[in-house]
Order: sequence, then C-alpha cells, then structure tokens
Amino acid sequence: MKDDVLISVQGLKKYYNNGKVKALDGITTDIHKGEVVVVIGPSGSGKSTFLRSLDLLELPTSGKIIFDGVDITDPKTDINLHRRKMGMVFQHFNLFPHMTVLENMTAAPRKLLKKTKEEANEKAMTLLGKVGLTDRADAYPSQLSGGQKQRIAIVRALCMEPEVMLFDEPTSALDPEMVGEVLDVMKALAAAGMTMVVVTHEMGFAREVGTRVIFMDEGKIIEQNTPELIFGAPQSDRLKSFLNKVL
Amino acid sequence: MMPVRGAIARIGRSLREGKTMSFEKLKELFILNFVEKQRWKYLVEGLGNTMLITLFAVLLGVAIGIVVASVRSTFDKEQETLKRRGGFGYFILSVFNGICKVYITVIRGTPVVVQLMILYFIILASSRNDLLVAVLAFGINSGAYVAEIIRAGIMSIDNGQFEAGRSLGFGYIKTMTYIIIPQAFKNILPALLNEFIALLKETSVAGYVGIMDLTKAGDTIRGVTYSSFMPLTAIALIYLLIVMILTKLVSVIERKLRKNER
Repeated sequence: MKDDVLISVQGLKKYYNNGKVKALDGITTDIHKGEVVVVIGPSGSGKSTFLRSLDLLELPTSGKIIFDGVDITDPKTDINLHRRKMGMVFQHFNLFPHMTVLENMTAAPRKLLKKTKEEANEKAMTLLGKVGLTDRADAYPSQLSGGQKQRIAIVRALCMEPEVMLFDEPTSALDPEMVGEVLDVMKALAAAGMTMVVVTHEMGFAREVGTRVIFMDEGKIIEQNTPELIFGAPQSDRLKSFLNKVL
Repeated sequence: MMPVRGAIARIGRSLREGKTMSFEKLKELFILNFVEKQRWKYLVEGLGNTMLITLFAVLLGVAIGIVVASVRSTFDKEQETLKRRGGFGYFILSVFNGICKVYITVIRGTPVVVQLMILYFIILASSRNDLLVAVLAFGINSGAYVAEIIRAGIMSIDNGQFEAGRSLGFGYIKTMTYIIIPQAFKNILPALLNEFIALLKETSVAGYVGIMDLTKAGDTIRGVTYSSFMPLTAIALIYLLIVMILTKLVSVIERKLRKNER
C-alpha cells in the first residue's frame, strides 16, 4: 500500500485572525489510490476546511500537501494544472447558470484540455447517460431539481477525468427525497474504483461505502479507522458522544 | 437690437396688463427666441457639443472603469495567493490598488464642476481645445463611478461560481472571462446605461468654463432676448426627450437580459 499514496497531507494548519482561530491544527494523513475516505465530525470541526485545502481553495498557514508526488502548497507550483486532476463537488452545486448542462460539462475540457467540441460532447453524453440525465443536456441549471443539479455537478467534475474526487457535504443542501439519487451516483463511482474524499453527515453512506472514516474535531483528526471499528468500537469519548448525537 | 426691445416691451406690457399668454404671444416669443437671427443655431450647436462630450466621456469613463475595476477586483480576490508567491507581483498590485482607491475617493468626494474647473483653469490651462478638456474632465469623473459599478457587478456573483471555475482548473483570468464576467454583465449593463444618462445631465455644467453646451446655448439666447421662458423650457424639453429615449432603451435591454435568464 505504501507506494500508491495519491495525496499525502503533512502537518496541515490553517489559522485565522493571526492564530486565534485554529480551523486546522496539524492534520497528517495519506490518501491512497482507490480509497473512499469519509470525513465526519461536528460542525466547525474543520472537516470542510480540510477538504477545501486539498484543492487549495483554502490556503494553508503551514504544512504540506503532496499530490501525485508534487508539493502543491509550494507557491511555485502551478495549482491550475493539479486542480484539473482533482474533481470538486460543492454543497451548493455551483453549476454555471448561464450555460446549459452540456456547456457546463464541456467548458473545462474544451478550454483547458483543448478537446474538440465533438470529443467533449461525446464524453459528456456518455457520463450523462450513466446518471440518467441525457434528456437534460440542453436544459439550464435553473430548470433542474436539486438532485439533478448535484448529479450534473458530479459528472461535470468527471469530464476532466480526475484522479480523485472531493465532495464537500454533497447532500446537505438537498431535499430529503433527493439525497438517495446523489448517493447512488457516488456509490457507483466508488464501486468503479475512484479515489474519493467525502465530507458528509450521511452516516449510512460512511458505513456502507467508506473504506476509511476520519473523525475530526477542533481542527484535529481525533480518530480514524475502518467504518466497522469507527461505528462499532469507537475509542475516544468525543467520537462516542458525537455518534450518540447523530445515530 | 431695436425690434428685440420692442418685442420685450410689448410682452412686458401685455403681462402687466394681466392678459393671459395667448397663442399669438407664444408664437411671438418663439420667433423672438429661436427664429430671429437664426438663434436656433445656438441650440443645435449646444446639443451637438453636449452629445459629443457625453459620448466621448462615456467611452473614456468605461475604459478607465474597466482598468480600475480589474485592479480592485484582482486585488480583492488574489491578494492572498500573490502574497504567498512573494516577489514583486503583490507589491505592484497593492500600489496600483492604492492609487485606484485614492482616485475613486477623490473623484466621488468632490463636485464634478469643481473638477472641471481645476482641470480647465489649472492642470490644462494651456490647452486651447475646450471640448477635449471637458471630455477629459467628465470622462475621468465617470470612470470612478463606472469602476464601482463594474466591481459591484463582479462582487454580486456568488463566490461559489468562482470556486467552481477554479476547482475545474481555470486560472484567475479564465475564470473571470468564461464564468464571472458573462454573469456580471447582466447586472452591470443597466447600471452602466443609467450612469450614461446621469452623465448627459451632468455635462450641463460645462458652461462654467465657457463651453457652448446645450444649457449654455439656452442661457445665451436668454441673455440676448431677455426672455427666459422659451429657451429654458426648450433645453429642458430636449434633455427630457433624450433621457426618455435612453431610459426606454435601458428597460428594453433589461427585459431582454432577463429573458435570457432561465
């Protein structure tokens, strides 16, 4: 397992207000190829900050993130090249409202990977087929339901053929009846072998799909283990009390 | 001057005698103020200058506004990244940002007529091209407002849009051009046209430095005929007509933009 590390996080810290607020207080962990890492924890525990740091949407105060053998926290690294290989899915979807579904999906491959319109469209239509939304290709985001939007957001990221997919509370903004359709897409993705890091409140998903669960609180990793052990035999008091509240 | 004096005396007498303004009197006033000695030519010249000043001032204002707004928005969004990268990038951008801030504060904090006079009588006192000075003064003035309109339009777009663009691998400039600006444009354009309307009316102070704009033209006629009603009403109506046409245009464009929003 040692040599297939995809992302190596080393002593990651993120402070606000000159260190008064410690959003991340020394995170160290390795994410291996094919892993589905689920990050759980109370709100304000820093789990979203951690995830967003992996894509450098949050700039860390100190520490390193090695992705594909490159230190992406080094200011000299061209982060745009590495972001192409990391797919990000947001809580609020963030589809581009002025573009159709197809345009949303093909903009980055065409402009950044210099794919032809035909190539990009073909790839996009294949992916739309996988999430059952081929008939929505020419719709605008405002014409879609929340669940549809999030499925589109996932396949939009997949159009760049990323090596890892990052999910920031992907079901938190959805109506309850739409959570299932999004989780199904994520499960299929995990089954296909995609490396995933998922911040979520869906404990069922964590238990069923996760290969590892990280429990965070106050900017630190308190406990990490297989889902069976995290949910079946929690060690720390903080994890126990957290699970008592959410399960 | 004699026929003028005579006409004025007649009108004055009729008003004193409490007679209502008949159609005949209005016709007389009209002829006096606009037809005699081809005084309407003042209005045509004035209107031409007003339009000329406004048009070029708007172009200059938009050009300045785009540059200033780009500097300010880039500084707001990218300062953290640039600071990390070190080197001259951050230093240069923060200097430019500072200059832009001072420019906006000074321009928005002083009356446009004062700015016009400072430019005309002090900074460009040697210039013989009055219209150019006016274009510069109103353009520089408008630029500050346009910059803030554009910046507000960019800031009104949810940061999630920006993050989504960046997370796909688009750089700062590409994210702006493909994702942020097309959306911000819908907010910016109507506000920009309103600024154009406001500027048109603001140019009426150009007479302070002796430029024959529409207002000055009306005032000039008033000065020779000693008759205020006709020339002042006429210029008011001309401004109103232009503004109403432009306002109509703004609402048509606004409706079109909203229709595209699905």
